[in-house]
Amino acid sequence: MKLVKAIIKPFKLDEVKDALTEIGVQGMTVTEVKGFGRQKGHKETYRGTEYQIDFVPKVKLELAVADSMEDKVIETLGKAAKTGSIGDGKIFVSDLSGVIRIRTGETGEGAL
Amino acid sequence: MENRKLSLKYISILFSVLLLSVFTGSALAEEGGAAISAGDTGWLLTSSALVLAMIIPGLALFYGGMVRDKNVLSTMMYSFISVCVVSVVWVLWGYTIAFGTDVAGIVGNFEFLWSSGVGPEAFSGTAIPHLAFMVFQLMFAAITVALISGAIAERMKFMGYVLFAVLWVTLIYAPLAHWVWGGGWLGELGALDFAGGTVVHISSGVAALAAALVLGQRHGYGTEKMAPHNLPFTVVGAALLWVGWFGFNAGSALAADGIAAGAFVATQVATSAGVLGWLVIEWMYTGKPTALGGASGAIAGLVAITPAAGFVGPISSIVIGFGAGVLCYLAVVWKSKFGYDDALDVLGIHGIGGTWGAIATGLFASVGGGTGLFFGNPGQVFIQAVGVGATWVFAFVGTFIILKVLDMVIGLRVEKEEEIVGLDLSEHSERAYT
Repeated sequence: MKLVKAIIKPFKLDEVKDALTEIGVQGMTVTEVKGFGRQKGHKETYRGTEYQIDFVPKVKLELAVADSMEDKVIETLGKAAKTGSIGDGKIFVSDLSGVIRIRTGETGEGAL
Repeated sequence: MENRKLSLKYISILFSVLLLSVFTGSALAEEGGAAISAGDTGWLLTSSALVLAMIIPGLALFYGGMVRDKNVLSTMMYSFISVCVVSVVWVLWGYTIAFGTDVAGIVGNFEFLWSSGVGPEAFSGTAIPHLAFMVFQLMFAAITVALISGAIAERMKFMGYVLFAVLWVTLIYAPLAHWVWGGGWLGELGALDFAGGTVVHISSGVAALAAALVLGQRHGYGTEKMAPHNLPFTVVGAALLWVGWFGFNAGSALAADGIAAGAFVATQVATSAGVLGWLVIEWMYTGKPTALGGASGAIAGLVAITPAAGFVGPISSIVIGFGAGVLCYLAVVWKSKFGYDDALDVLGIHGIGGTWGAIATGLFASVGGGTGLFFGNPGQVFIQAVGVGATWVFAFVGTFIILKVLDMVIGLRVEKEEEIVGLDLSEHSERAYT
Protein backbone atom coordinates (compact mmCIF):
# COMPACT_ATOMS: atom_id res chain seq x y z
CA MET A 1 0.00 0.00 0.00
CA LYS A 2 1.06 3.58 -0.62
CA LEU A 3 0.32 6.86 1.10
CA VAL A 4 -0.07 9.59 -1.51
CA LYS A 5 0.24 13.18 -0.30
CA ALA A 6 -0.31 15.99 -2.74
CA ILE A 7 0.03 19.77 -2.31
CA ILE A 8 -2.15 21.46 -4.92
CA LYS A 9 -3.67 24.79 -5.83
CA PRO A 10 -6.86 25.31 -3.79
CA PHE A 11 -9.06 26.05 -6.80
CA LYS A 12 -8.12 22.66 -8.33
CA LEU A 13 -9.51 20.67 -5.41
CA ASP A 14 -12.91 19.86 -6.86
CA GLU A 15 -11.47 18.79 -10.21
CA VAL A 16 -8.93 16.53 -8.51
CA LYS A 17 -11.54 15.00 -6.22
CA ASP A 18 -13.91 14.27 -9.13
CA ALA A 19 -11.14 12.71 -11.25
CA LEU A 20 -9.98 10.50 -8.38
CA THR A 21 -13.48 9.38 -7.44
CA GLU A 22 -14.05 8.46 -11.06
CA ILE A 23 -11.13 5.99 -11.09
CA GLY A 24 -12.38 4.34 -7.91
CA VAL A 25 -10.65 6.17 -5.04
CA GLN A 26 -12.97 5.75 -2.04
CA GLY A 27 -11.82 8.48 0.28
CA MET A 28 -9.32 11.18 1.00
CA THR A 29 -8.41 13.74 3.66
CA VAL A 30 -8.00 17.41 2.80
CA THR A 31 -6.27 20.13 4.81
CA GLU A 32 -5.85 23.83 4.08
CA VAL A 33 -2.15 24.57 4.38
CA LYS A 34 0.34 27.34 3.66
CA GLY A 35 3.80 26.99 2.19
CA PHE A 36 6.16 27.97 -0.54
CA GLY A 37 8.21 26.31 -3.22
CA ARG A 38 9.64 27.82 -6.37
CA GLN A 39 6.58 30.01 -6.74
CA LYS A 40 7.70 31.96 -3.64
CA GLY A 41 5.05 34.22 -2.19
CA HIS A 42 3.34 37.35 -3.35
CA LYS A 43 3.29 41.03 -2.46
CA GLU A 44 0.48 42.83 -0.64
CA THR A 45 0.24 46.62 -0.54
CA TYR A 46 -1.67 48.58 2.12
CA ARG A 47 -1.68 52.38 1.74
CA GLY A 48 1.61 52.13 -0.10
CA THR A 49 3.33 49.86 2.43
CA GLU A 50 4.43 46.62 0.78
CA TYR A 51 4.53 43.29 2.55
CA GLN A 52 6.15 40.18 1.10
CA ILE A 53 3.88 37.23 1.86
CA ASP A 54 6.09 34.12 1.83
CA PHE A 55 3.53 31.46 2.59
CA VAL A 56 0.93 30.89 -0.10
CA PRO A 57 -2.36 29.12 0.65
CA LYS A 58 -2.46 25.55 -0.74
CA VAL A 59 -4.51 22.43 -0.19
CA LYS A 60 -2.96 19.19 1.06
CA LEU A 61 -4.56 15.92 -0.05
CA GLU A 62 -3.82 12.61 1.67
CA LEU A 63 -5.01 9.25 0.40
CA ALA A 64 -4.06 5.68 1.02
CA VAL A 65 -4.19 3.40 -2.05
CA ALA A 66 -3.52 -0.20 -2.96
CA ASP A 67 -0.22 -0.89 -4.77
CA SER A 68 -2.12 -1.74 -7.93
CA MET A 69 -3.71 1.69 -8.01
CA GLU A 70 -0.54 3.70 -7.41
CA ASP A 71 0.34 4.63 -11.00
CA LYS A 72 -3.20 5.36 -12.01
CA VAL A 73 -3.82 7.60 -8.99
CA ILE A 74 -0.63 9.57 -9.50
CA GLU A 75 -1.30 10.03 -13.20
CA THR A 76 -4.92 11.12 -12.66
CA LEU A 77 -4.07 13.39 -9.77
CA GLY A 78 -1.22 15.03 -11.67
CA LYS A 79 -3.32 15.59 -14.75
CA ALA A 80 -6.25 17.08 -12.83
CA ALA A 81 -4.11 19.39 -10.69
CA LYS A 82 -1.98 20.72 -13.53
CA THR A 83 -2.32 24.24 -14.88
CA GLY A 84 1.16 24.40 -16.42
CA SER A 85 2.17 27.51 -14.49
CA ILE A 86 4.49 27.77 -11.52
CA GLY A 87 2.94 26.79 -8.17
CA ASP A 88 0.99 23.73 -9.32
CA GLY A 89 2.36 21.78 -6.36
CA LYS A 90 3.88 18.34 -5.74
CA ILE A 91 2.92 14.73 -5.16
CA PHE A 92 4.73 12.72 -2.48
CA VAL A 93 4.46 8.92 -2.41
CA SER A 94 5.58 6.74 0.49
CA ASP A 95 5.17 3.13 1.58
CA LEU A 96 2.37 2.49 4.00
CA SER A 97 2.96 -0.33 6.45
CA GLY A 98 -0.53 -0.71 7.82
CA VAL A 99 -4.15 0.40 7.68
CA ILE A 100 -6.89 -0.38 10.18
CA ARG A 101 -10.59 0.41 9.79
CA ILE A 102 -11.57 1.42 13.31
CA ARG A 103 -15.25 0.36 13.08
CA THR A 104 -14.65 -3.26 12.03
CA GLY A 105 -11.03 -3.86 12.92
CA GLU A 106 -10.23 -4.92 9.30
CA THR A 107 -6.59 -4.48 8.34
CA GLY A 108 -4.53 -4.23 5.14
CA GLU A 109 -5.95 -3.51 1.70
CA GLY A 110 -9.38 -4.65 2.83
CA ALA A 111 -9.50 -1.63 5.08
CA LEU A 112 -8.85 0.88 2.31
CA MET B 1 -1.09 45.54 40.05
CA GLU B 2 0.26 48.94 41.09
CA ASN B 3 -1.10 50.30 37.84
CA ARG B 4 -4.52 48.79 38.37
CA LYS B 5 -4.83 50.43 41.78
CA LEU B 6 -3.72 53.72 40.33
CA SER B 7 -6.34 53.41 37.61
CA LEU B 8 -9.09 52.79 40.12
CA LYS B 9 -8.06 55.90 41.99
CA TYR B 10 -8.44 57.97 38.83
CA ILE B 11 -11.83 56.44 38.14
CA SER B 12 -13.06 57.33 41.60
CA ILE B 13 -11.89 60.91 41.14
CA LEU B 14 -13.80 61.14 37.88
CA PHE B 15 -16.86 59.73 39.60
CA SER B 16 -16.73 62.27 42.40
CA VAL B 17 -16.71 65.06 39.84
CA LEU B 18 -19.81 63.54 38.27
CA LEU B 19 -21.66 63.29 41.57
CA LEU B 20 -20.81 66.86 42.37
CA SER B 21 -22.40 67.96 39.13
CA VAL B 22 -25.62 66.14 39.98
CA PHE B 23 -25.97 68.14 43.18
CA THR B 24 -25.16 71.41 41.52
CA GLY B 25 -27.73 70.59 38.90
CA SER B 26 -28.54 72.40 35.72
CA ALA B 27 -31.63 74.48 35.56
CA LEU B 28 -33.20 74.95 32.19
CA ALA B 29 -33.74 78.59 31.55
CA GLU B 30 -37.24 79.51 30.54
CA GLU B 31 -37.21 82.29 28.04
CA GLY B 32 -39.55 83.48 25.34
CA GLY B 33 -37.77 84.92 22.33
CA ALA B 34 -37.30 83.54 18.82
CA ALA B 35 -39.54 80.84 17.41
CA ILE B 36 -38.37 77.24 17.09
CA SER B 37 -38.63 75.69 13.61
CA ALA B 38 -39.83 72.10 13.62
CA GLY B 39 -38.01 71.41 10.33
CA ASP B 40 -34.70 72.89 11.49
CA THR B 41 -34.90 71.12 14.84
CA GLY B 42 -35.78 67.81 13.24
CA TRP B 43 -32.81 68.09 10.90
CA LEU B 44 -30.39 69.13 13.64
CA LEU B 45 -31.36 66.28 15.95
CA THR B 46 -31.16 63.83 13.04
CA SER B 47 -27.78 65.26 12.11
CA SER B 48 -26.53 64.84 15.67
CA ALA B 49 -27.45 61.18 15.58
CA LEU B 50 -25.78 60.86 12.17
CA VAL B 51 -22.54 62.29 13.56
CA LEU B 52 -22.71 59.79 16.42
CA ALA B 53 -23.04 57.03 13.81
CA MET B 54 -19.84 58.31 12.23
CA ILE B 55 -17.97 57.51 15.44
CA ILE B 56 -19.74 54.38 16.61
CA PRO B 57 -20.01 52.27 14.64
CA GLY B 58 -18.36 54.14 11.71
CA LEU B 59 -14.92 55.11 12.96
CA ALA B 60 -14.75 52.14 15.33
CA LEU B 61 -15.10 49.81 12.32
CA PHE B 62 -12.88 51.90 10.05
CA TYR B 63 -10.03 51.83 12.56
CA GLY B 64 -10.84 48.39 13.99
CA GLY B 65 -10.41 46.75 10.61
CA MET B 66 -7.02 48.33 10.01
CA VAL B 67 -5.28 47.01 13.10
CA ARG B 68 -4.07 43.48 13.78
CA ASP B 69 -6.58 40.98 15.14
CA LYS B 70 -5.07 41.13 18.62
CA ASN B 71 -5.92 44.85 18.97
CA VAL B 72 -9.33 45.21 17.34
CA LEU B 73 -11.35 45.47 20.57
CA SER B 74 -8.89 47.89 22.10
CA THR B 75 -9.06 50.05 18.98
CA MET B 76 -12.86 50.04 18.92
CA MET B 77 -12.92 50.87 22.62
CA TYR B 78 -10.94 54.07 21.98
CA SER B 79 -13.80 55.30 19.76
CA PHE B 80 -16.45 54.06 22.15
CA ILE B 81 -14.91 55.63 25.24
CA SER B 82 -14.25 58.91 23.40
CA VAL B 83 -17.99 59.33 22.93
CA CYS B 84 -18.74 58.61 26.56
CA VAL B 85 -15.99 60.71 28.11
CA VAL B 86 -16.55 63.70 25.83
CA SER B 87 -20.33 63.60 26.30
CA VAL B 88 -19.90 63.97 30.03
CA VAL B 89 -17.11 66.56 29.87
CA TRP B 90 -19.03 68.56 27.28
CA VAL B 91 -22.19 69.09 29.36
CA LEU B 92 -20.14 69.73 32.50
CA TRP B 93 -17.63 72.31 31.27
CA GLY B 94 -16.58 71.72 27.64
CA TYR B 95 -19.53 73.48 26.05
CA THR B 96 -19.16 76.66 28.04
CA ILE B 97 -15.43 76.92 27.26
CA ALA B 98 -16.29 76.70 23.55
CA PHE B 99 -19.56 78.63 23.38
CA GLY B 100 -19.84 80.76 26.50
CA THR B 101 -19.64 84.53 26.03
CA ASP B 102 -16.27 85.42 24.55
CA VAL B 103 -13.39 86.37 26.81
CA ALA B 104 -10.59 88.18 24.94
CA GLY B 105 -11.16 86.15 21.78
CA ILE B 106 -9.57 83.09 23.40
CA VAL B 107 -12.21 81.18 25.43
CA GLY B 108 -15.84 81.33 26.45
CA ASN B 109 -16.80 82.32 29.98
CA PHE B 110 -18.48 79.96 32.45
CA GLU B 111 -22.09 81.05 31.89
CA PHE B 112 -23.07 77.57 30.68
CA LEU B 113 -21.04 75.67 33.27
CA TRP B 114 -22.77 72.35 34.02
CA SER B 115 -25.21 73.21 31.22
CA SER B 116 -26.93 75.87 33.27
CA GLY B 117 -28.82 78.21 30.99
CA VAL B 118 -28.88 75.74 28.09
CA GLY B 119 -32.55 75.00 27.51
CA PRO B 120 -35.28 74.50 24.95
CA GLU B 121 -35.29 78.16 23.87
CA ALA B 122 -33.91 79.10 20.44
CA PHE B 123 -30.12 79.34 20.17
CA SER B 124 -29.08 82.84 19.12
CA GLY B 125 -29.44 83.47 15.40
CA THR B 126 -31.12 80.12 14.73
CA ALA B 127 -34.52 78.49 15.02
CA ILE B 128 -33.25 75.42 16.87
CA PRO B 129 -33.32 74.81 20.62
CA HIS B 130 -30.11 75.66 22.45
CA LEU B 131 -30.03 72.06 23.69
CA ALA B 132 -30.02 70.78 20.10
CA PHE B 133 -27.08 73.04 19.28
CA MET B 134 -25.20 71.86 22.34
CA VAL B 135 -25.66 68.17 21.57
CA PHE B 136 -24.74 68.69 17.91
CA GLN B 137 -21.50 70.34 19.02
CA LEU B 138 -21.00 67.55 21.57
CA MET B 139 -20.85 65.00 18.75
CA PHE B 140 -18.22 67.08 16.95
CA ALA B 141 -16.05 67.20 20.03
CA ALA B 142 -16.46 63.45 20.47
CA ILE B 143 -15.43 62.52 16.94
CA THR B 144 -12.41 64.82 17.04
CA VAL B 145 -11.03 63.04 20.09
CA ALA B 146 -11.86 59.63 18.62
CA LEU B 147 -10.03 60.44 15.38
CA ILE B 148 -6.74 60.92 17.27
CA SER B 149 -6.91 57.33 18.52
CA GLY B 150 -5.80 56.15 15.08
CA ALA B 151 -2.30 57.46 15.78
CA ILE B 152 -1.82 55.71 19.10
CA ALA B 153 -3.59 52.45 18.28
CA GLU B 154 -2.02 49.14 19.26
CA ARG B 155 0.14 50.54 22.08
CA MET B 156 -1.55 53.11 24.35
CA LYS B 157 -2.90 52.27 27.79
CA PHE B 158 -6.66 52.53 28.02
CA MET B 159 -6.50 54.63 31.18
CA GLY B 160 -3.95 56.93 29.57
CA TYR B 161 -6.28 57.43 26.64
CA VAL B 162 -9.28 58.20 28.87
CA LEU B 163 -7.38 60.87 30.77
CA PHE B 164 -5.98 62.23 27.52
CA ALA B 165 -9.53 62.52 26.16
CA VAL B 166 -10.64 64.55 29.20
CA LEU B 167 -7.68 66.92 29.02
CA TRP B 168 -7.58 67.26 25.25
CA VAL B 169 -11.24 68.10 24.76
CA THR B 170 -10.99 70.63 27.61
CA LEU B 171 -7.69 72.31 26.79
CA ILE B 172 -7.40 71.97 23.01
CA TYR B 173 -10.72 71.25 21.35
CA ALA B 174 -12.99 73.57 23.32
CA PRO B 175 -10.76 76.67 22.95
CA LEU B 176 -10.21 75.93 19.26
CA ALA B 177 -13.94 75.57 18.66
CA HIS B 178 -14.32 78.90 20.43
CA TRP B 179 -11.72 80.59 18.22
CA VAL B 180 -13.54 79.59 15.06
CA TRP B 181 -17.23 79.24 15.94
CA GLY B 182 -17.74 80.61 19.44
CA GLY B 183 -16.98 84.27 18.77
CA GLY B 184 -13.20 83.92 19.13
CA TRP B 185 -10.42 85.64 17.21
CA LEU B 186 -10.27 83.38 14.13
CA GLY B 187 -13.97 83.75 13.43
CA GLU B 188 -13.65 87.51 13.94
CA LEU B 189 -10.74 87.58 11.51
CA GLY B 190 -13.06 86.08 8.88
CA ALA B 191 -11.65 82.55 8.68
CA LEU B 192 -14.14 80.28 6.92
CA ASP B 193 -14.68 76.84 8.41
CA PHE B 194 -18.12 75.56 7.57
CA ALA B 195 -18.14 72.26 9.43
CA GLY B 196 -14.78 71.85 11.10
CA GLY B 197 -11.85 71.52 8.69
CA THR B 198 -9.57 73.27 11.14
CA VAL B 199 -11.40 72.63 14.40
CA VAL B 200 -11.96 68.91 13.82
CA HIS B 201 -9.63 67.65 11.13
CA ILE B 202 -6.46 69.71 11.27
CA SER B 203 -6.58 69.63 15.06
CA SER B 204 -7.01 65.85 15.27
CA GLY B 205 -4.45 65.24 12.49
CA VAL B 206 -1.80 67.42 14.09
CA ALA B 207 -2.57 66.05 17.56
CA ALA B 208 -2.07 62.61 16.02
CA LEU B 209 1.42 63.59 14.87
CA ALA B 210 2.31 64.85 18.34
CA ALA B 211 0.90 61.67 19.87
CA ALA B 212 2.82 59.43 17.48
CA LEU B 213 6.03 61.28 18.36
CA VAL B 214 5.48 61.10 22.12
CA LEU B 215 4.44 57.43 22.13
CA GLY B 216 7.04 56.22 19.66
CA GLN B 217 6.81 53.45 17.12
CA ARG B 218 4.92 50.25 17.72
CA HIS B 219 7.13 47.30 18.60
CA GLY B 220 8.24 45.73 15.33
CA TYR B 221 7.33 48.74 13.21
CA GLY B 222 8.97 48.49 9.80
CA THR B 223 10.09 44.90 10.30
CA GLU B 224 6.94 43.00 11.23
CA LYS B 225 3.84 42.70 9.10
CA MET B 226 1.21 45.13 10.36
CA ALA B 227 -1.37 44.70 7.63
CA PRO B 228 -5.06 45.36 8.32
CA HIS B 229 -6.77 42.28 9.76
CA ASN B 230 -10.27 42.88 8.40
CA LEU B 231 -10.66 45.22 5.46
CA PRO B 232 -14.41 44.61 5.09
CA PHE B 233 -14.75 46.29 8.54
CA THR B 234 -12.76 49.21 7.20
CA VAL B 235 -14.79 49.56 4.01
CA VAL B 236 -18.10 49.33 5.91
CA GLY B 237 -16.78 51.82 8.46
CA ALA B 238 -15.79 54.26 5.72
CA ALA B 239 -19.21 53.89 4.13
CA LEU B 240 -20.89 54.63 7.48
CA LEU B 241 -18.66 57.66 7.94
CA TRP B 242 -19.74 58.84 4.51
CA VAL B 243 -23.46 58.49 5.37
CA GLY B 244 -23.02 60.12 8.77
CA TRP B 245 -21.02 62.97 7.26
CA PHE B 246 -24.20 64.40 5.74
CA GLY B 247 -25.22 65.19 9.31
CA PHE B 248 -21.78 66.63 9.96
CA ASN B 249 -21.66 68.92 6.91
CA ALA B 250 -25.26 69.59 5.91
CA GLY B 251 -26.19 69.73 9.60
CA SER B 252 -23.66 72.52 10.09
CA ALA B 253 -26.04 74.86 8.28
CA LEU B 254 -27.95 74.70 11.60
CA ALA B 255 -31.13 74.81 9.52
CA ALA B 256 -32.97 72.70 6.96
CA ASP B 257 -32.43 75.19 4.17
CA GLY B 258 -30.70 75.85 0.86
CA ILE B 259 -27.25 76.09 2.42
CA ALA B 260 -27.77 72.65 3.96
CA ALA B 261 -28.76 71.33 0.53
CA GLY B 262 -25.65 72.88 -1.01
CA ALA B 263 -23.43 71.34 1.65
CA PHE B 264 -25.13 67.98 1.11
CA VAL B 265 -24.42 68.04 -2.63
CA ALA B 266 -20.85 69.26 -2.14
CA THR B 267 -20.24 66.43 0.34
CA GLN B 268 -21.51 63.74 -2.01
CA VAL B 269 -19.57 65.03 -5.02
CA ALA B 270 -16.28 65.70 -3.22
CA THR B 271 -16.28 62.31 -1.53
CA SER B 272 -16.81 60.50 -4.81
CA ALA B 273 -14.06 62.57 -6.40
CA GLY B 274 -11.81 61.78 -3.44
CA VAL B 275 -12.21 58.07 -4.07
CA LEU B 276 -11.47 58.57 -7.76
CA GLY B 277 -8.41 60.71 -7.02
CA TRP B 278 -6.91 58.20 -4.59
CA LEU B 279 -7.58 55.23 -6.86
CA VAL B 280 -6.14 56.93 -9.94
CA ILE B 281 -2.84 57.86 -8.32
CA GLU B 282 -2.60 54.53 -6.48
CA TRP B 283 -3.19 52.71 -9.76
CA MET B 284 -0.43 54.73 -11.38
CA TYR B 285 2.04 54.14 -8.53
CA THR B 286 1.46 50.51 -7.57
CA GLY B 287 -0.43 49.08 -10.53
CA LYS B 288 -3.57 48.13 -8.56
CA PRO B 289 -6.54 50.08 -7.20
CA THR B 290 -7.30 48.79 -3.68
CA ALA B 291 -10.38 48.59 -1.46
CA LEU B 292 -8.44 50.21 1.38
CA GLY B 293 -7.49 52.96 -1.08
CA GLY B 294 -11.12 53.52 -2.01
CA ALA B 295 -12.13 53.73 1.64
CA SER B 296 -9.23 56.07 2.43
CA GLY B 297 -9.98 58.29 -0.59
CA ALA B 298 -13.58 58.66 0.59
CA ILE B 299 -12.42 59.92 3.98
CA ALA B 300 -9.87 62.24 2.33
CA GLY B 301 -12.62 63.76 0.17
CA LEU B 302 -14.97 64.10 3.14
CA VAL B 303 -12.32 65.78 5.25
CA ALA B 304 -11.35 68.27 2.54
CA ILE B 305 -14.90 69.34 1.73
CA THR B 306 -15.77 69.81 5.40
CA PRO B 307 -14.57 73.43 5.77
CA ALA B 308 -15.87 74.31 2.29
CA ALA B 309 -19.19 72.44 2.16
CA GLY B 310 -21.55 75.41 2.61
CA PHE B 311 -19.44 77.80 0.57
CA VAL B 312 -18.80 76.00 -2.73
CA GLY B 313 -20.72 74.68 -5.72
CA PRO B 314 -20.66 71.15 -7.16
CA ILE B 315 -17.87 71.76 -9.69
CA SER B 316 -15.48 73.23 -7.13
CA SER B 317 -16.34 70.22 -4.96
CA ILE B 318 -14.99 67.87 -7.61
CA VAL B 319 -11.65 69.69 -7.64
CA ILE B 320 -11.44 69.81 -3.85
CA GLY B 321 -12.31 66.13 -3.45
CA PHE B 322 -10.08 64.85 -6.23
CA GLY B 323 -7.18 66.97 -4.99
CA ALA B 324 -7.65 65.55 -1.50
CA GLY B 325 -7.53 61.97 -2.78
CA VAL B 326 -4.22 62.61 -4.55
CA LEU B 327 -2.60 64.70 -1.79
CA CYS B 328 -3.58 62.37 1.04
CA TYR B 329 -2.30 59.34 -0.89
CA LEU B 330 1.07 61.03 -1.30
CA ALA B 331 1.13 62.06 2.37
CA VAL B 332 0.40 58.51 3.50
CA VAL B 333 3.02 56.98 1.21
CA TRP B 334 5.69 59.51 2.20
CA LYS B 335 5.05 58.92 5.89
CA SER B 336 7.48 56.01 5.91
CA LYS B 337 10.33 58.37 5.01
CA PHE B 338 9.88 60.31 8.25
CA GLY B 339 9.84 57.42 10.70
CA TYR B 340 7.00 58.47 13.02
CA ASP B 341 4.39 55.77 13.52
CA ASP B 342 0.99 57.39 12.99
CA ALA B 343 -0.51 53.91 12.92
CA LEU B 344 -3.69 54.60 10.95
CA ASP B 345 -2.60 57.77 9.11
CA VAL B 346 -4.60 60.38 10.99
CA LEU B 347 -2.11 63.10 9.99
CA GLY B 348 -1.91 61.93 6.38
CA ILE B 349 -5.67 61.99 5.89
CA HIS B 350 -7.17 64.41 8.43
CA GLY B 351 -4.20 66.75 8.87
CA ILE B 352 -3.26 67.03 5.22
CA GLY B 353 -6.83 66.71 3.89
CA GLY B 354 -8.01 69.32 6.41
CA THR B 355 -5.21 71.70 5.50
CA TRP B 356 -5.94 71.37 1.79
CA GLY B 357 -9.66 71.83 2.44
CA ALA B 358 -9.12 74.96 4.53
CA ILE B 359 -6.88 76.55 1.88
CA ALA B 360 -9.19 75.39 -0.92
CA THR B 361 -12.08 77.10 0.86
CA GLY B 362 -10.14 80.33 0.46
CA LEU B 363 -9.79 79.59 -3.25
CA PHE B 364 -13.21 78.30 -4.22
CA ALA B 365 -15.71 79.91 -1.82
CA SER B 366 -18.51 81.48 -3.84
CA VAL B 367 -21.80 81.05 -1.98
CA GLY B 368 -23.27 81.21 1.52
CA GLY B 369 -21.43 84.34 2.56
CA GLY B 370 -17.90 83.30 1.59
CA THR B 371 -15.86 84.57 -1.35
CA GLY B 372 -12.54 83.05 -2.35
CA LEU B 373 -9.59 83.94 -4.56
CA PHE B 374 -11.11 82.56 -7.75
CA PHE B 375 -14.22 84.64 -7.16
CA GLY B 376 -12.47 87.93 -6.60
CA ASN B 377 -11.33 87.92 -2.96
CA PRO B 378 -7.59 87.13 -2.77
CA GLY B 379 -7.39 88.12 0.89
CA GLN B 380 -9.44 85.07 1.94
CA VAL B 381 -6.59 82.65 1.22
CA PHE B 382 -4.34 84.59 3.56
CA ILE B 383 -6.94 84.49 6.32
CA GLN B 384 -7.39 80.75 5.76
CA ALA B 385 -3.62 80.27 6.01
CA VAL B 386 -3.58 82.10 9.33
CA GLY B 387 -6.31 79.78 10.59
CA VAL B 388 -4.40 76.72 9.41
CA GLY B 389 -1.12 77.92 10.92
CA ALA B 390 -2.67 78.81 14.26
CA THR B 391 -4.42 75.44 14.48
CA TRP B 392 -1.27 73.50 13.60
CA VAL B 393 0.83 75.28 16.20
CA PHE B 394 -1.77 75.27 18.98
CA ALA B 395 -2.85 71.64 18.49
CA PHE B 396 0.71 70.35 18.12
CA VAL B 397 2.25 72.16 21.07
CA GLY B 398 -0.78 71.66 23.31
CA THR B 399 -1.10 67.95 22.58
CA PHE B 400 2.62 67.42 23.00
CA ILE B 401 2.60 69.02 26.45
CA ILE B 402 -0.53 67.16 27.61
CA LEU B 403 0.90 63.81 26.57
CA LYS B 404 4.36 64.47 28.04
CA VAL B 405 2.80 65.35 31.37
CA LEU B 406 0.50 62.31 31.32
CA ASP B 407 3.45 60.11 30.37
CA MET B 408 5.41 61.33 33.38
CA VAL B 409 2.48 60.94 35.75
CA ILE B 410 0.94 57.60 34.74
CA GLY B 411 2.88 56.33 31.69
CA LEU B 412 1.16 56.12 28.34
CA ARG B 413 2.44 52.91 26.79
CA VAL B 414 1.71 49.36 27.75
CA GLU B 415 4.70 47.14 28.57
CA LYS B 416 6.50 45.58 25.60
CA GLU B 417 5.25 42.12 26.49
CA GLU B 418 1.67 43.35 26.75
CA GLU B 419 2.02 45.01 23.37
CA ILE B 420 3.24 41.81 21.77
CA VAL B 421 0.41 39.80 23.32
CA GLY B 422 -2.02 42.43 22.07
CA LEU B 423 -4.04 45.07 23.88
CA ASP B 424 -7.31 43.13 23.69
CA LEU B 425 -5.91 40.58 26.08
CA SER B 426 -3.51 42.72 28.11
CA GLU B 427 -5.74 45.80 28.58
CA HIS B 428 -9.22 44.27 28.45
CA SER B 429 -8.80 40.55 29.24
CA GLU B 430 -10.75 39.45 26.19
CA ARG B 431 -10.22 38.37 22.61
CA ALA B 432 -12.12 39.33 19.48
CA TYR B 433 -11.85 35.98 17.76
CA THR B 434 -11.79 32.76 19.71
